[in-house]
Amino acid sequence: MAKRRAAFYLMTIPALLLFFAFHTFPALQGIYYSFTNWDGYSKSFDYVGFKNFINIFKDENVLNSYLFTFKYAIATTVLINIISLLIALGLNAKIKAKNFFRGVYFLPNILSVLIVGFIFNYLFSNVFPVWGEKLGSDFLSQNILGNSDWAWIGIVIVAVWQGIAYNTILYLAGLQTIPHDLYEASNLDGASRWREFWSITFPLLASFFTINMVLAMKGGLMVFDQIIALTGGGPGRSTQSIALLIYTGGFQGGEFAYQSANAVIYFIVIVVISALQLKFLQKREMDL
Amino acid sequence: MIKKSTNWPVTVIIALCSLLILFPLYMTVAIALKNPEEMARSIFSLPTGLHFENFANAIKATNFFNALGNSATITVTAVVFILLTNSMVAYAIARNMNKRFFKMLYFYFISAMFIPFQIIMLPVVKVTTDLHMNNIPGLIILYIVYGLAFNVFVYVGYIRSIPYELEEAATVDGASTWGTFWRIIFPLLAPVNATIGILSCLSTWNDFMLPLILLGNQDSYTLPLVQYVFQGQFSTDFNLAFASYLLALSPMIVIYLFAQKWIIGGLTQGSIK
Repeated sequence: MAKRRAAFYLMTIPALLLFFAFHTFPALQGIYYSFTNWDGYSKSFDYVGFKNFINIFKDENVLNSYLFTFKYAIATTVLINIISLLIALGLNAKIKAKNFFRGVYFLPNILSVLIVGFIFNYLFSNVFPVWGEKLGSDFLSQNILGNSDWAWIGIVIVAVWQGIAYNTILYLAGLQTIPHDLYEASNLDGASRWREFWSITFPLLASFFTINMVLAMKGGLMVFDQIIALTGGGPGRSTQSIALLIYTGGFQGGEFAYQSANAVIYFIVIVVISALQLKFLQKREMDL
Repeated sequence: MIKKSTNWPVTVIIALCSLLILFPLYMTVAIALKNPEEMARSIFSLPTGLHFENFANAIKATNFFNALGNSATITVTAVVFILLTNSMVAYAIARNMNKRFFKMLYFYFISAMFIPFQIIMLPVVKVTTDLHMNNIPGLIILYIVYGLAFNVFVYVGYIRSIPYELEEAATVDGASTWGTFWRIIFPLLAPVNATIGILSCLSTWNDFMLPLILLGNQDSYTLPLVQYVFQGQFSTDFNLAFASYLLALSPMIVIYLFAQKWIIGGLTQGSIK
């Protein structure tokens, strides 16, 4: 028995040590630096207490990046979930070439976000404006990514284009868990399609809805690759996400400690939002 | 009462919407095969000349085969070790959930799922540089270790559904804990291994941020990182740029074409849990 126990410890302790060294320890270090004024390269630095945190709340760049990130995360979460649920319903219906279309809709998920971003960057600047001109619209014939009011929409479009793939697959998996006889029964009762969806399909997808909402929101709050590829945070700072601000300020701007404080706040925000989402959505699941 | 006939309206809608997915990919292929003159005539038309020299130039400009080798090495090594080690950790945890140490370990790992990478991003560069791990082996170790947060969660859920009697029988026959794991449990994990293997493969292959902050030496750059670094040089020659994008995307697309059913099936299986 002692040998068995020793084996179990041997299986886990190396992983525990490595995880602590490369995940927990850096996280603790990050928290520690957030109370200093270290720039990332100097030999010495001082403890400054909550100064960084106080300054962050007064920093317009930080505030803007939070506003942009929230706007973006909410828009992508809502759009991705609505569209992927619709596509999943379509792919679950009696359609021709079902497997082919499943393959097509899932394809974006396997592609690099960065490269997809580069491709769309070109489409936004050189292809879509050509259509806009043909339609005779001044608004559509400009590069949307170059307009500080609308650039965020461009990023949302690319994220939705790529993001629906994974959520569609999850919804499709969910739809296949719903027993057929429920629909037969509702057909006999003369329920309309609309009624069928709200009374059977949607409630039974509740747990998949929770997973998809939480995943999409978390992904949205962490947006980085798309922004690097599409706008680099511009025009001006209009599409600077929190992740991008921490990266650029921390590595290139000599704001190591300051952005560490920003990362701590960011962490708290993500945990609170995920927890609230789970609590709210799971309560809905249980009410069924 | 369920209709057996094809639902044509839905088929048409699904087909039309799939064009939205396919159009950007068509454009990528078309632009990669054209030259600037053809582009000037019409951006949308099919390429006429098939300018494969774009690919030759892109291969040279980005040192493509070097980056491909790096991406492949990192992905294959990381995925193999993730499957071998993460499942082992999860096994020890799943079979000892009644003990405080293992239960705490479980919650310790899965709580890390909620920690955004940005909070450890700045210090981890410092730690890895101090340890001379800002290279490919270091990157692989980080992928394996960071996989624990999510993978332990999935593996533990699955292992707990495997009946304990199987292992008891093996113990009676004199198998050690290690032997039980490798010979009995690991083979039973095939469906989860498929899911975790596919997910880790996709996320490692396409990851951009960790190589960006960690890899100092240009020779060790991965495919996405190379596209990023050479983006500036491409800005005048879109045909070259798109040839390069297509080259970088193609290994995954080829794998996907051959293993599509398996990939989608694997992901679906994992999500139902």
